[in-house]
Amino acid sequence: MTITAQFPQISHAGVNGLVVRFGDRLSDPANRAALAFRAAAEAAAWPGVEETVSTLASVYLRFDPVVAAYAALSAQVGRLLDAEDWYAAPLPHGRRLWRVPTVYGGSHGPQLEEAAAEAGLSAEAAVAMLSTSQVRVQTIGFAPGLPYLGPLPEVWDIPRQTGLTARVPAGALLVAIRQFVLFPVPTPTGWRHIAMTALPLFRPDQTPCVLLRAGDEVLFPSVPAADWPDLQADPQGGATCEALA
Amino acid sequence: MSRALHVLACGPGLTVQDGGRPGRMAEGLSQGGALDRLALAEGAALLNQPPRTAALEMMLAGASFRAQGALRLAVTGATMTLTVDGVTLPGYTAHAVPDGATIVLGPARAGCAGYLHVDGGIDTAPLLGSRSVHTAAGLGAALAPGDVLPLGPAVPGPVDVMLRPDNRLGGGTLRVLPTYQSALFPAEEHERFAQTDFQRDPRGNRQGLRMTPSGAGFGSAAGLTVLSDVIVPGDVQVTGDGAPYVLMADCQTTGGYPRIATVLPCDMPRAAQAAPGATLRFAFVTLEQAVAAELAFRRHMASLPRQVTPRLRAPHDIADLLGYQLISGAVTGFEET
Repeated sequence: MTITAQFPQISHAGVNGLVVRFGDRLSDPANRAALAFRAAAEAAAWPGVEETVSTLASVYLRFDPVVAAYAALSAQVGRLLDAEDWYAAPLPHGRRLWRVPTVYGGSHGPQLEEAAAEAGLSAEAAVAMLSTSQVRVQTIGFAPGLPYLGPLPEVWDIPRQTGLTARVPAGALLVAIRQFVLFPVPTPTGWRHIAMTALPLFRPDQTPCVLLRAGDEVLFPSVPAADWPDLQADPQGGATCEALA
Repeated sequence: MSRALHVLACGPGLTVQDGGRPGRMAEGLSQGGALDRLALAEGAALLNQPPRTAALEMMLAGASFRAQGALRLAVTGATMTLTVDGVTLPGYTAHAVPDGATIVLGPARAGCAGYLHVDGGIDTAPLLGSRSVHTAAGLGAALAPGDVLPLGPAVPGPVDVMLRPDNRLGGGTLRVLPTYQSALFPAEEHERFAQTDFQRDPRGNRQGLRMTPSGAGFGSAAGLTVLSDVIVPGDVQVTGDGAPYVLMADCQTTGGYPRIATVLPCDMPRAAQAAPGATLRFAFVTLEQAVAAELAFRRHMASLPRQVTPRLRAPHDIADLLGYQLISGAVTGFEET
């Protein structure tokens, strides 16, 4: 296995895991393939498979090695991979479109100007672009409920800052490398903090405990800072949700 | 009054732990749970209760408690001196403790993660199907003096029964499989990785343990441009300065640092018990060997209840000897009642 080998690629991940990788860098087709293949693997309900996860460009299956042997499982996975062009497959059903009111700039997004400059835009143009870009939850990971969203227009292929911001608050919207991330808990980060949402991403005492799912689409429309108290008072942070066809 | 444990004193790493929350990686939540899941099962076997019953995990530092209500208890994992009302009692043994007793555990003398098990288990409110504290995910918090832990309904079972602890407290060899990212490291780095002695660094927590190599650090050709991908506990992640981290139960679910290998789940208790300064090595095995080791580990876990045996005691070790009725029927004083 080398990093230049052909994808998709099946490998074991420990004694009880299997990974299908659709690429070694993030691309929209690889992410779509991961979302579509994970849904198909979940539907296949192979004996012994205990959990399926899609990441930015891969699918992970956790299985019980007593019930399923890796060789047999990887053969089943291979047959399903061969059955379709997963890079061109339609996205799974059950996805939703979220509209999340967002306060950009000022004290709610102290690095908006800096991020806009990196993208070669004025702050106003940056907000106009970001607040109308419909992005997909590419994966949930790292921490509970934490979404990676994209792809943003190409001008947003900006690097992470070299230093770390000591702490951004829960609900912070950050940008880098054509992606947004939204943090469910206060976190140190190298991404640039451009806005605030009041979205409750992880609520362990509720079902489901995680608000967004991989594959959901999200818009972050700009609202005035004066709306912030109302967003905070709303149990869903003012967000609305509708089913996608 | 219902039974409880009152925390009188403790270090920073006292948490409630059970089997954790498997199956939530798609929500970004790692499994968590006891770092030494063998120790969790050993304590449950000693107290005659289900193998994932919630217990208290203590990292390096000991702790002290007051019993509210009579209970049975056992200590497993790291070697910590146990005293009940000033009387020293052996670990890996089920003991009866009276209402009001003071239970003191000393700092770890060998190993890292000690477990105090109580019959009925720790009965804090479950969250997402588990009582495990997962601070990185914001689920629960480490315990502090003054905390009161409710206990489940009393579970009947014998006392003065013991288990033989296995030898996993002093570091040693961790068996590893190559991962799907191992090829990011040149083949000679794999070989060097398997031939290097590592020292468990003091930097470590429930998310990961840093391993200081005896020689140069490890580097991957891909450097820091690796696409973020799935992480599982046991993965050996190499960060910027070349020192590997063994990722533990509370690790993040995805990450962008390359991983050179992954520790077999059945060797994670040994990793968890490596105290700062302990020497560890990594040995690559094949997938077939890893599956065989996993099966053997499961058989061992399942056999624990059958391995519990009465503890044979010499009279001079019995602190309450005068309380025993020695001259009656066939009792000799060397037997268990």
